[in-house]
Amino acid sequence: MDSVKKTALYDAHVALGGKVIDFAGWALPVQYEGILEEHAAVRNAAGIFDVSHMGEVEVKGPGAFDFVQNLVTNDVSTLEDNQILYGMMCYENGGVVDDLLVYKFDQEFFYLVINASNVDKDFAWMQEQSKGFDVELNNVSPEVSEVAIQGPLAQDILQKVVDVDLSEIKFFYCNRNVTIEGAKCLVSRTGYTGEDGFEVYTDNASIEKVWNALMAVGTPMGLSPAGLGCRDTLRFEAALPLYGNEIDADITPLEAGLGFFVKLGKENFIGKDALVAQKANGLPRKTVGFEMAKGIPRHGYEVVSGDEVIGVVTTGYMSPTLGKNIGMALIDSKYGEMGSEIGIRVRKNVYPATVVSRRFYQKNYKK
Amino acid sequence: MKIVNGLYYTQDHEWVKLEGNAALVGITDFAAHALGSIVFVELPEVDAEIEAEENFGTIESVKAASDMLMPVTGKVIAVNEDLENDPSLVNSDPYENWICKIEIANKADLDELMNAEEYEAFCKEEA
Repeated sequence: MDSVKKTALYDAHVALGGKVIDFAGWALPVQYEGILEEHAAVRNAAGIFDVSHMGEVEVKGPGAFDFVQNLVTNDVSTLEDNQILYGMMCYENGGVVDDLLVYKFDQEFFYLVINASNVDKDFAWMQEQSKGFDVELNNVSPEVSEVAIQGPLAQDILQKVVDVDLSEIKFFYCNRNVTIEGAKCLVSRTGYTGEDGFEVYTDNASIEKVWNALMAVGTPMGLSPAGLGCRDTLRFEAALPLYGNEIDADITPLEAGLGFFVKLGKENFIGKDALVAQKANGLPRKTVGFEMAKGIPRHGYEVVSGDEVIGVVTTGYMSPTLGKNIGMALIDSKYGEMGSEIGIRVRKNVYPATVVSRRFYQKNYKK
Repeated sequence: MKIVNGLYYTQDHEWVKLEGNAALVGITDFAAHALGSIVFVELPEVDAEIEAEENFGTIESVKAASDMLMPVTGKVIAVNEDLENDPSLVNSDPYENWICKIEIANKADLDELMNAEEYEAFCKEEA
């Protein structure tokens, strides 16, 4: 693992018994005690994740709003200062460059949070698209560290170490001037688990203080360090997409069932024409939820109807919360009706599955 | 990591415990740890005749599905049905919670496998 990058919390993970793997070029813990235990901790109490691998790009200048509004599928004009929205950057053909969080600090200063595996590609894309806009782009990913504290007790725990009233940070809003152990932090009520929670950004030198402070006050309250393993099972149960699974360069946000985050009525954004046309012509493929009594579905397994291959499993698990074998699949739209019977090829066997709502788990956001 | 003396071990981290003409087959503590929380064990069919190194079942953790490979050629005479209800038994004690019981075709095949000492050295190299 010599070539992989270490976050500022690497030693903390090792000290906690984290099982470290290479994820998108980063040495990060897939689990500490166990994926199921950590998953349950986030659903029932709280978990803390090192998400320092995520990328951050600052967009500054008189053209910042226009640039971001053109770059992403969602409507940035709806944002107040310190409000956040989720959206996608698309190619002209409607395929997805990446999904991201857009933080609006003010009309001339935005903060874009992108996937670790896509940082270089995304930043190059943004630079290319910035031509003609009066903006300055700065990839600050190497200097920024981030932890996510998620779960029903996240606010109670985080409140003990911050100098602001967290109840004043609403869902998908942030406060850029929070002090934790003397370190200046950006705190947002966001996350990737389907639970209430916060994401805390600070500089690399300060993150360990933040982590240690949260662990010290949180551990007696049931806070558990949580690895990438449960990060995926949690986001999956909440039907939150993962780049490379539900969305990709050859999957549009509409096919992924993310039309809510694509504002086709917006004046213009990259990929709009292709997405408008796709919507008008009908989607050839759609993303569905499914459940099955026998066989655990996995990313990449074939979906069949009779002898015909009709799609692919984008993510599947034995759901830790629900105890059921469930998945999301991108399939030929004509098989996508709720209640349709489809088949999932699990190694040599095809097991029956039923198309169900992707709302496997009711999200517990505090709105 | 726990290794039990008197068992035979494969490079794929299965173990074999001889019981007269029959033998129990399971996965090792090293494998159980590497897999993490086991959520499903696909057992072989009773009476199936399976060649050495052939896939005899699948063991699934939260993250992934892994094949289990038969250590020596034989016929399945029983499967551990307890694992259908509680696959995590393999995590709690992988040497007690065997996967299947086989009738070994040719006991000399066991000579191809590692003993506890050799397996321990092998695991150290793998880790």
